[in-house]
Amino acid sequence: MGLARKDLLGMQELTSDEIRLILDTAESMKEVARRDIKKVPTLRGKTVINLFYEPSTRTRTSFEIAGKWLSADVINISTSASSVTKGESLKDTGLTLQAMYPDIVVIRHPAPGAAVFLATRLAASIINAGDGAHQHPSQALLDLFTIREKIGRLEGMKVAIVGDIAHSRVARSNIQGMQRMGMEVRVAGPRTMLPRFIERLGVEVFTNLERAVAEVDVIMMLRLQTERQQAGLFPSLREYSRLFGLTAERLKAAKPDVLIMHPGPINRGIEIAPDVADGPYSLILNQVENGLAVRMALLYLCAGGGQTSA
Amino acid sequence: MRILIRGGRVIDPAAGLDDLLDLFIEDGKIVRIDKNTGGGRREAGGADTKEPRTGKEAKASRNAESALGVDRVMDATGLVICPGLIDMHVHLRQPGREDKETIASGTMAAARGGFTAVCCMPNTDPVNDTRSVAKFILDTAKREGAVQVYPVGAITKGLKGEELAEIGELFEAGCVAISDDGRPVMNAELMRRAMEYATMFDLPTIQHSEDLHLSGKGVVHEGLVSTELGLRGIPSVSEAVLVARDLLLAESTGARLHIAHVSAAESVRLIREAKARGVRVSCEVTPHHLTLTEDAVRDFDANAKMNPPLRSEADRQALIEGLQDGTIDVIATDHAPHTVQEKEREFDLAPNGVIGLETALAVILTTLVAPGILSLPQAIAKLTSEPARILKLSKERIAEGADADLTIFDLHREWIVDPTTFASKSRNTPFAGRRLTGATVATLVGGKVVWEA
Ligand SMILES: [Zn+2]
Ligand SMILES: [Zn+2]
Repeated sequence: MGLARKDLLGMQELTSDEIRLILDTAESMKEVARRDIKKVPTLRGKTVINLFYEPSTRTRTSFEIAGKWLSADVINISTSASSVTKGESLKDTGLTLQAMYPDIVVIRHPAPGAAVFLATRLAASIINAGDGAHQHPSQALLDLFTIREKIGRLEGMKVAIVGDIAHSRVARSNIQGMQRMGMEVRVAGPRTMLPRFIERLGVEVFTNLERAVAEVDVIMMLRLQTERQQAGLFPSLREYSRLFGLTAERLKAAKPDVLIMHPGPINRGIEIAPDVADGPYSLILNQVENGLAVRMALLYLCAGGGQTSA
Repeated sequence: MRILIRGGRVIDPAAGLDDLLDLFIEDGKIVRIDKNTGGGRREAGGADTKEPRTGKEAKASRNAESALGVDRVMDATGLVICPGLIDMHVHLRQPGREDKETIASGTMAAARGGFTAVCCMPNTDPVNDTRSVAKFILDTAKREGAVQVYPVGAITKGLKGEELAEIGELFEAGCVAISDDGRPVMNAELMRRAMEYATMFDLPTIQHSEDLHLSGKGVVHEGLVSTELGLRGIPSVSEAVLVARDLLLAESTGARLHIAHVSAAESVRLIREAKARGVRVSCEVTPHHLTLTEDAVRDFDANAKMNPPLRSEADRQALIEGLQDGTIDVIATDHAPHTVQEKEREFDLAPNGVIGLETALAVILTTLVAPGILSLPQAIAKLTSEPARILKLSKERIAEGADADLTIFDLHREWIVDPTTFASKSRNTPFAGRRLTGATVATLVGGKVVWEA
């Protein structure tokens, strides 16, 4: 079995079987990643282009290493966000890339829909590595992988996603992916950071952190963009931290073995206290490691891996 | 040139007319209106216009025509004839952005859509805030335009929202209204003064109602779709807050306020209440806001990106209700041409606006008239007598002695929207590929056939 699609644009398009396939594939990739000699010839002769319009060392490096371990030729193209409004249009960039016959283009772009835009115009497989506040499917998949690895299953698990839900592609992707896998999702944050129709996505909505984290199996903290303060979405870092920062004290309201996640990078002491981030139930470093395995699986599957009877 | 249009169903809502009539046109005017006596053969609706006449009949009618000295007979059997449609809200882009549209191409698009007159908004480059620009538009329209063009002058110099434009001079130059369309007049004091000032010329002040702070960097309606797609939202109250403010200003100044492209249920409610109180307010709605919702942006197609944005189904229903009960006076296209390159971009970066002149009538006939939401005369009124009343263009009616500005259309003809065939220079329509029922057959301006299918 392989993926029934050319592109990976968002979690909403994946079936539970496809998600399971990706996670299972990632498991065998993780085994490769733990070998002494990591390189396998799986994607030899394939070209992967990392097209990043936003700086993201973490995600870009993760895709780059994943491609290299699978023996693909990986090319990184980074363009600053400011050149998006002026320079070459995304359409022209896409056409230029097409002339190089890439097999896979991994795109990170500040505009929602940028990956969809490219997918309809290029023959290559497009992997969305984050498009504005829309989707970040590889992050959601690595989060699911990490939870499944730790707990052994996804179905029936309860998770609270906390922070700036409105502007978070991580939250959107995770809500859809988790619901697809039978998990129950709560969101919590300042009212100004919860989209107005969020409950219509089938999530429970909280504006109180203690109440949100009670009874859940996983707490997923989101990174706070501090510039939202200027936009009038919260009054000060101090108040945000007082109301929505995850501290050991606050964790008393949660189950004793609740798992803590964060997509990174962390604003230490703002959305999450250092002792919680580094505590025994934190999965933050597992997330980083698993990101590699999941991205190897995605590159493998998008390049046609698993399509044949092998 | 003498033209006889025979056998059509003539509808003029302003005159309470709906009958099978023959119209005789001479020197650009309707000179005679006769009861059509073609018998059952010319019943409106369904009669085959290509049906061969008997030799005897044909000869008799040819005799009658030559006796009248008619140069041309147009057979309108099975067709509808109405006063020329007026689109009181278009962007012609000339001067300044002739790559998107010109007065020539825009008015030809209008003619193809059945419009005999359009009002062009002042957000050109240079802005229509002086007599010379208004005069340029009118002169160019006279020379190159297929239909009548009525310019709308700016409210403020350069549309900057800082100082009043020379509104009196714009009025004298031929502007029929004032507006800063494309952007709102955000300063309430300035808006109050503009309205007061415009009362001296009894000019309507047309507001693009939007609180720019509430809209922020929004690109779509703030609703379920924006929540799902992570696109920044423009809340309905962004429009309604300014509508409320301007209704209060109109009430206190006694000025005539016209609200452009109403899109939100809250605005309809506020306008309905204000009309009941006797506030001098009118408003318009676009065909796309009447027929599409926020769902149209789900695949990030920038051809569904416009300002105000396509809103929720509940908003759409409120607009239809407002149209039915008379709260909404006019249907106008807000025809906003943009080049393919500009629209083929990331959704966030594409410009706002869609074209509408060549689809409006068919969209209205298909989605409002055919299902019985509006009667045909009601729909025609929203496109003819109502804009004429607001802009004081009294000429638009079917009567002996009136200018022969006429639209002839087929209620039943089906076609599929293919923007590559449009007369407009731009292609940015959300209706591409749609099957529509109802099509313009001919458009006459001043007794001249300016477009014919
Ligand atoms: Zn406008
Ligand atoms: Zn406009």
